[in-house]
Amino acid sequence: MRILIVDDERDIQTLFEQRFRKEIKNNELVLAFAYSGEEALKYLDEKEQHAILILSDINMPGMSGLDLLSNIKQKYHRPPPLVMMITAYGDEENYNTAMKLGADDFLTKPLDFNQLKEKIKNIHHD
Amino acid sequence: MPKYTEQEQEVINVHNVFWEALANRDIDLRFSCCSENVTFIGTGLHEKAANKAEYRIMNEKGVNQFPEPFQIDFIWTNISMFHKQAVVTCEVIWKQSINGKISSELVRSTTLLNYEEDAWKIVHVHGSVPDYRLAEGEYMTTEKILLRNRELEQKVFERTQELGKSLAELKATQSQLIQSEKMASLGELTAGIAHEIQNPLNFVNNFSEVNVELVAELKLELEKGDIAEAIAIADDIAINEGKILQHGKRADSIVKGMLQHSRSSNGINEPTDINALADEYLRLSYHGLRAKDKSFNADFKTEFDASMPKINIIPQDIGRVLLNLINNAFYVVAERQKNLSGLEETYKPSVTIITKNLGDRIEISVMDNGNGIPEEIRNKIFQPFFTTKPTGEGTGLGLSLSYDIVKAHGGELKVESLSGEGTTFVITLPNLNIR
Ligand SMILES: Nc1ncnc2c1ncn2[C@@H]1O[C@H](COP(=O)(O)OP(=O)(O)OP(=O)(O)O)[C@@H](O)[C@H]1O
Ligand SMILES: [Mg+2]
Repeated sequence: MRILIVDDERDIQTLFEQRFRKEIKNNELVLAFAYSGEEALKYLDEKEQHAILILSDINMPGMSGLDLLSNIKQKYHRPPPLVMMITAYGDEENYNTAMKLGADDFLTKPLDFNQLKEKIKNIHHD
Repeated sequence: MPKYTEQEQEVINVHNVFWEALANRDIDLRFSCCSENVTFIGTGLHEKAANKAEYRIMNEKGVNQFPEPFQIDFIWTNISMFHKQAVVTCEVIWKQSINGKISSELVRSTTLLNYEEDAWKIVHVHGSVPDYRLAEGEYMTTEKILLRNRELEQKVFERTQELGKSLAELKATQSQLIQSEKMASLGELTAGIAHEIQNPLNFVNNFSEVNVELVAELKLELEKGDIAEAIAIADDIAINEGKILQHGKRADSIVKGMLQHSRSSNGINEPTDINALADEYLRLSYHGLRAKDKSFNADFKTEFDASMPKINIIPQDIGRVLLNLINNAFYVVAERQKNLSGLEETYKPSVTIITKNLGDRIEISVMDNGNGIPEEIRNKIFQPFFTTKPTGEGTGLGLSLSYDIVKAHGGELKVESLSGEGTTFVITLPNLNIR
């Protein structure tokens, strides 16, 4: 299972790779990273449908996470990848917009990795 | 230079003796100044004299009625000389004690003198009361004029004091406003700072948690005897410790920057990395606006001159200037996007910061692709309190403060704007290290 993580903070990569150390080692998960919305779209264009889950930050310079979300949901049908939105401000407005745009889930920073792992496991079992 | 020519002085002397003689009740002296054909018209309706005898009788009556000497003060005297003729006009204040009361009166007289044989002689006297009229038929006496003057002086004094007080109040209000503008921009900053600080703190917490787990795993591997895996885990722990330290320092420097901003203008000049400063305030502004308005989004770019030297400035002051300019720029691009017409669907709000090293000076430009500044307000935008923003959204102090700060640094703040294309504010600062 491949997860694409989108965030303008580069250290997110190290953090995720460590947090999912065992899963990566056991070949349960493959992590890919993009540092902007634009980069994420490019990645999806090249390897369409490869990522089953996209985790995206909302607050990024340039294309925001919400723009990316609406882009993905409009462009990639049958079956669209799951998109979970992450934001530093866990507010109603962003939540509602994200839900309206078809976000599959909504996470707030700081990320609770145990909760995230549970959510990923559930995707596996569906 | 003497006030009068010799001839004029002679005329004045005769004129003055004539009047002072009346004040001193010396009728003989008075009439020795007059020609045999002197005539007189006075202030009263029937005060007329057709010759010297009539005039003298009139004067003698007056002296009998009021034997006390007068005091006379000449207020002004004016003289015109003709051939063997002179006209003297003057205003005098008569002070006279009547029944123990001082009464004073302002009188104007016009006196005509002829040069007869070997002396100047008075040939006609015309007395009148200056027309400082209050209402029809009512004249002001000198007392009243003096009193009125004193009242006016008092009023002027009171007004001046009131104005002084209002001015002091205005100054206090203004400095209060400037202070609150500083606080408001600090408030905006704080929102940006909260976001900027949250990310490194998340990293510190997350990497610390990972390390706790990794240490447990490390122990397990050591018990199992898998040295290679144990070393791999130990390497990761070391990397994570590095990350914790790095993000801790990042949070630290953000807090220090915030303190610097709030300390405001008692700052000192220090060699400053202009690119880093511009980058810092660009991010703070962006995240500050994002924190206020979730729907806000704009592209921001930097085109930094890599050869930028360190410039001697008060960093938090120039930081405030940058913050003002960048906030203004983000505001206009966001406004433009909100009010897009169907034709402009491809509009992408964007703010760019460009730095240039020009040798003896440097340039920082803040460029936006908003709607531009309308021609008719372009010369007003630097005025304090000028704003086109809705009440409560702008104090209109941003640009005027920015202008003052840049001026205080020996630099210039200029604006170029094209309607419908955007606006660029250019800060020029001297590089004093190059002479
Ligand atoms: N980049 C820009 N593009 C178009 N107009 C601008 C721009 N920057 C400033 N202005 C105009 O100049 C005015 C004055 O700006 P200034 O920064 O002094 O005050 P403000 O932004 O209105 O309020 P404050 O900065 O106190 O919040 C603005 O209201 C706006 O009309
Ligand atoms: Mg402003």
